Amino acid sequence: MVTTPVQETSKLNAIFDSCREMGQDPEFNVAKRWLEDHPGKKAIGCFPIHCPVELIHASGMLPLGIIGAGTQIEVTYADSRFQSFVCSIVKTTLELGLTNRLKFLEGMLFHSICDPARNLSSVFQRNFPDMFVEYIHFPQNFASPLARKYLATEYQRILDGLQQRSGHTPTVDDLNRSIALYNRIRAGLREIYRIRTDTPHMISAAESFVLTRAGTLMAPEEFVKIVEEVLAELPGRPSRPKDRIRVILEGSFCELPPVGLIETVEQAGCYILDDDFLRGWRWFTEDVPIRDNPLHELAESYSERAYYSGTKHDTRETKAAHLIQMVKEKKADAVIMQAAKFCEPALFDYALYRKALDEAKIPHLLLEFEEKTWIFDRARSEAETFVESLLFD
Amino acid sequence: MAQVTPKSDYQGRIHNLQKDMIGRYYANLTAASEGKGKKAIYMLISGNPVELIEAFDMLPVYPEVNALQLAVKKQSLPLILAAEEMGYSTDNCAYVKADVGMYFAGRKTPFATIPEPDLILCNYVGCNVYLQWFEHLGEYSKAPVYNLDVPFFRTPGPEPLAEDINYVVKQLEELIEVLERMSGKSLDYKKLQRIMQLSGETGELWSEIKKLTRERPAPYDAYFDSVMMMAPLYCLRGTEDGLRFFQEAYKEMKQRADNHEGPLPEEKFRVVMEGPPPWPFLRQFRDMFSRWGAVAIASTYSTVGGIWEFGFRHDPQRPLESMARHMLQWNCTNRNFLQRYKQLKDYVDDWGADALVIHSVKSCRLFSAGQGDMREYFTKQLNVPTLLIESDLEDPRYFSEAQLRNRVDAFFESLEHQRTLVKK
Repeated sequence: MVTTPVQETSKLNAIFDSCREMGQDPEFNVAKRWLEDHPGKKAIGCFPIHCPVELIHASGMLPLGIIGAGTQIEVTYADSRFQSFVCSIVKTTLELGLTNRLKFLEGMLFHSICDPARNLSSVFQRNFPDMFVEYIHFPQNFASPLARKYLATEYQRILDGLQQRSGHTPTVDDLNRSIALYNRIRAGLREIYRIRTDTPHMISAAESFVLTRAGTLMAPEEFVKIVEEVLAELPGRPSRPKDRIRVILEGSFCELPPVGLIETVEQAGCYILDDDFLRGWRWFTEDVPIRDNPLHELAESYSERAYYSGTKHDTRETKAAHLIQMVKEKKADAVIMQAAKFCEPALFDYALYRKALDEAKIPHLLLEFEEKTWIFDRARSEAETFVESLLFD
Repeated sequence: MAQVTPKSDYQGRIHNLQKDMIGRYYANLTAASEGKGKKAIYMLISGNPVELIEAFDMLPVYPEVNALQLAVKKQSLPLILAAEEMGYSTDNCAYVKADVGMYFAGRKTPFATIPEPDLILCNYVGCNVYLQWFEHLGEYSKAPVYNLDVPFFRTPGPEPLAEDINYVVKQLEELIEVLERMSGKSLDYKKLQRIMQLSGETGELWSEIKKLTRERPAPYDAYFDSVMMMAPLYCLRGTEDGLRFFQEAYKEMKQRADNHEGPLPEEKFRVVMEGPPPWPFLRQFRDMFSRWGAVAIASTYSTVGGIWEFGFRHDPQRPLESMARHMLQWNCTNRNFLQRYKQLKDYVDDWGADALVIHSVKSCRLFSAGQGDMREYFTKQLNVPTLLIESDLEDPRYFSEAQLRNRVDAFFESLEHQRTLVKK
């Protein structure tokens, strides 16, 4: 090893610390301050996983990731609305609403990702009648060209609703400007993920996670600067590779894992080369083209240039094949399935992934989590045992 | 106090007819599994284009019906456990697990041998688990999968969006091409129209049967007896047999209504039931209500595969559009939660119910997630006494008989008490 241990650049640490803090704030103070500074602007909440944020932004509003509340609030009211077998994020998101913490939002967008999320959108409609609550149908028949065309029509419907609320009818240029801005953010995040894969000691999964999460809680114009600053600072970051196994982490695409859990897995001896944390906010594998028909381009990109996902059922190729291909490309040693408790899409995927990984002789570990977990002893010992079995095999 | 009423053992002519007809349907599945029958098309119950499948002389296979039959016959648990061994979670839908377990156990059941699929037609109507389920069956069987994407009924108006109808119709046209390739013959439009007519008339009779429970007493239990009629409605819809069954069923039920016969000696409480039944313990569950003289006069579960009592009919003049409307609009699963509240409220008001019983099942989050909010709405906003109880539709481990019975008893005791107070 050629590197020398020195004090880390404090600038990066400060960025990650402030991002982490932002992600722990159930009052959304950063966004509220931004709204105060921009009179007349409104904000729209986006429930996971993928939301066409460009439509909100081009309508002159601020898209925000409303993605549960971790350990930050206690669930007092939502428990009586959603049963014990429903995942935590559904309950904490509703709790945010029932405790008036989402009053500053003009509306909420939900999408066809799973059954509880779908019913949650109805429960929001009934309990918060002043809110603009919409439900986006993402098609599931990508083998047919009909699906892409349909999605563009669906985007138009959503856009019509948004512009009624904002009072601004976006032009093609407005939409393309928003696409370009989010392209820049997504490209920056893709680059950070590339750096993580190539040199995982340079930036941890926990750090890129808190950064991505912060990006869902602030104006994109501000966030793009932060992403680019991180990219500028990273090459100078002193670091030293450790003796760790290289893993791909899957299954945490909706409910947010506690940062402490990600750190626990890393400290147990894993370099997480890639993951699906907040995948919906990093959805596209390349830039959305800037052309004359932005809604068509967004729909086309959703269908043709998006990451595979537990909530996108594409009969053209299997998700397990994607996962195994990623393991090979990134030269990973193993896969960790980190699925949220009660998350049917992730838990169903696990059954398919497990079979395919076994057949491909790729070691794997299932870790179930809840956003509200704060003690990680069990995950630590499971991850450590797993790492040891690989290191000393 | 709960009255010790005799158990409901209502067994009419149609019960035997149902057994015969469904027996023949399962014999057809077994024949197909032996390569001596029709092509097997896996499909889902909730709003489907079975009329097209019938038009091509293919055989619909319903994994949901097979799974529930396994539960009724108390065969589900070992299969669920086998699937959990494979990596399925205790929190995954147990219909899927029982079906996957059965698939890997040679597809043999006490009622039929289930054929391998020739086509997996995922008519994704509302339930996201359907997508997972058929994705998995596709991987295991290597059969071709067609995801018939039915947009969720998500707009507040009474009609689905025009683009949604158009999108589904266009996909049905694609599906016709798929079926034409598989069968080597083109669609016989006249035949399709005849099938649509059969479905239309079947729907008309079913709708009339459902309205009979507005009578007092209701001639049958719209939850526990409806499930007997649902099998022919789904497995035989669009066939001459299916229509014959409903002609008989209407005759029998109408006669019972005219004679003021109900399923219990005395109808004391009229309830609306929400949610699927606990198939492994159907008898025990029914008895919990029968002993209180509680009869279901309407249920949402009997509308998972279609809602006919508010006017929908399959239309031979517009076959594809009416199939699309059936999938988009006229079934319980593709409707949003608030539309379900409305449906329940209509039953309470128009069928005359004393209470709402919500049976919340862990397996089916489409049905159950958020039913606490539903209870809130009915009790606080509408003042309808509401009972919310939990178990499962397939997994016997989640059925706690004593606990459920206590809850049911406490609920009806309190209803009875309120009645006494009003009388005084």
